[in-house]
Amino acid sequence: MLKIEHLTKKYRGGKKAVNDLNLEIKEGEFIAFIGTSGSGKTTALRMINRMIEPSSGTITLNGKDLSKMNPVTLRRSIGYVIQQIGLMPHMTIRENITLVPKLLKWSKDKKDETAEKLIGLVNLPENYLDLYPVQLSGGQQQRIGVLRALAANQDIILMDEPFGALDPITRDTLQDLMKDLQQRLGKTVIFVTHDMDEAIKLADRICIMHNGEMVQFDTPDEILTHPANDFVKEFIGSHRLIQEKPSAKIVDDVMIKPVSITLEKSLDEAIKLMVSKRVDTLFVTDGHGRLLGYLNVEMITSARHTTQSIADTMNREVEFVKTGTKLQDSVRRILIRNLKNITVIDEEKRLIGLITRANIVDMVYDTIWGEENTEQ
Amino acid sequence: MKDMTKLNTFEQFMYYFQENGMYVLTQFMTHFLISVYGVLLAALFGIPIGILIAKYKKLASPLITIANIIQTIPALALLAILMLGMGLGKTTVIVAVFLYSLLPIIKNTYTGITTIDNNLIDSGKGMGMTRLQVLYMIELPLSLKVIIAGIRIALVIAIGITAIGAFIGAGGLGDIIIRGTNATDGTAIILAGAIPTAFMAIIVDVLLSVVERRMDPMRRRKGDQLKVQSLQE
Repeated sequence: MLKIEHLTKKYRGGKKAVNDLNLEIKEGEFIAFIGTSGSGKTTALRMINRMIEPSSGTITLNGKDLSKMNPVTLRRSIGYVIQQIGLMPHMTIRENITLVPKLLKWSKDKKDETAEKLIGLVNLPENYLDLYPVQLSGGQQQRIGVLRALAANQDIILMDEPFGALDPITRDTLQDLMKDLQQRLGKTVIFVTHDMDEAIKLADRICIMHNGEMVQFDTPDEILTHPANDFVKEFIGSHRLIQEKPSAKIVDDVMIKPVSITLEKSLDEAIKLMVSKRVDTLFVTDGHGRLLGYLNVEMITSARHTTQSIADTMNREVEFVKTGTKLQDSVRRILIRNLKNITVIDEEKRLIGLITRANIVDMVYDTIWGEENTEQ
Repeated sequence: MKDMTKLNTFEQFMYYFQENGMYVLTQFMTHFLISVYGVLLAALFGIPIGILIAKYKKLASPLITIANIIQTIPALALLAILMLGMGLGKTTVIVAVFLYSLLPIIKNTYTGITTIDNNLIDSGKGMGMTRLQVLYMIELPLSLKVIIAGIRIALVIAIGITAIGAFIGAGGLGDIIIRGTNATDGTAIILAGAIPTAFMAIIVDVLLSVVERRMDPMRRRKGDQLKVQSLQE
């Protein structure tokens, strides 16, 4: 879809920010450019929407040479998210989201419809549309920043360290959200970062850059198992190279069967179930086994006198991963967000398993003792 | 006619207003309009010049220096020089007001635009705004507050200059002040000219600072803040 050939950017004085870059990006791929500062990753990204003009080389999009296109038309068809967010402080959230549609002269109804549809995608309430950016937290602002890049149905989205300025928990949430949006909407995302964890977590393929040149361009697994040279090895960090071995496992291999209860049961039944199964948390599902929320002992004790219904008592904010996720990613989430456990759901949101902190212990055990056993 | 010598200054002042109220009002309007015309003319030239030097930074230093030099010429001297070329009357004073207003307007427009966060311009351009759209969708709305502040400073200065303009026959409240200085015991007449002048300057300053605050995008809809906090738990 996007083809970069012999792309070079030479600054005055002869310094080459990007030197002879060649790569091809397929539709719907999540690509991460990673490297130390000054490696040319941002320059490479900004040449795609012609915020920087290349010195030589060509970029073609679906066979069309970008340098022959009108830069303004081109930029309206490519989403752009920057680290500093860059929401317009004098415009409401609605106006910010629909800025590109406005430039494209969409009708007011169509713009409003788009804004209302999009804000739901990032789990923000619709009444936020009439607020101003200063009234939102940094994480919420960047959610809007992401929406702004999607509003005009852009197929390609360029992101320049979009989550770099956020705190670790917010960053982690937004990474999950971005990955989910990208897969659901089938967008091609090109992402610049200097955080290897972020690149491994999000990207389908990672392009490692050093001094303006591409050192390796491959899938995260391939890079972790076969780093091209010492620079890549050092850049990935030795701890990740070791970690990668037991993590070939996916969540489905180790998950346990969670204890669940359907929505229409009473709290008394829930307590009885907890006692008989000897657990402190129940997962609430609907008649088709779809995950709705969870219920624990503390919540039942505090709500027992006021209500008998599970629907009023349960907490609907439950953390989940999809089936087929790498075990390592799920465990990292448990650790970063300090969770007790994390549920596993299938494509239809049906509850199929549970990863608990006990799995972390297993992983540590495998890493330390598992290998020695095979040697003996 | 009353015996003026028996009244105190305040009574004389009130008496002057009763007898010449309409005259003072006409002069007030003349005074106000001369100042406003001069400042509007300066805004008409000053704002585009400010935008231009914010885009072509090389021009900024020479143009601001020229405006600075104009500003340092004493008002009476500038009026005298202009009078040599343009003769007596309102037009000459309007031109003087115009010249004095240029500096605050150009400088504030320049500052307003150059202090905008570069990331906003970058994301605007990155989303596909033309240079003109960046100007009227981002740069002008965000620097409007500072530009209005420049106009406010210019207008307050202009009211002072126009008072002096009475010396070259432009009319306005300065006329009443000069009449008072020429009369024996003219304190009340001087006040009848000076107080409305000061009043005009203060009112303009207050009104425009209200407008200025209204133009600040960050302060709009402060009431919503509470609503959001309750939404965020």
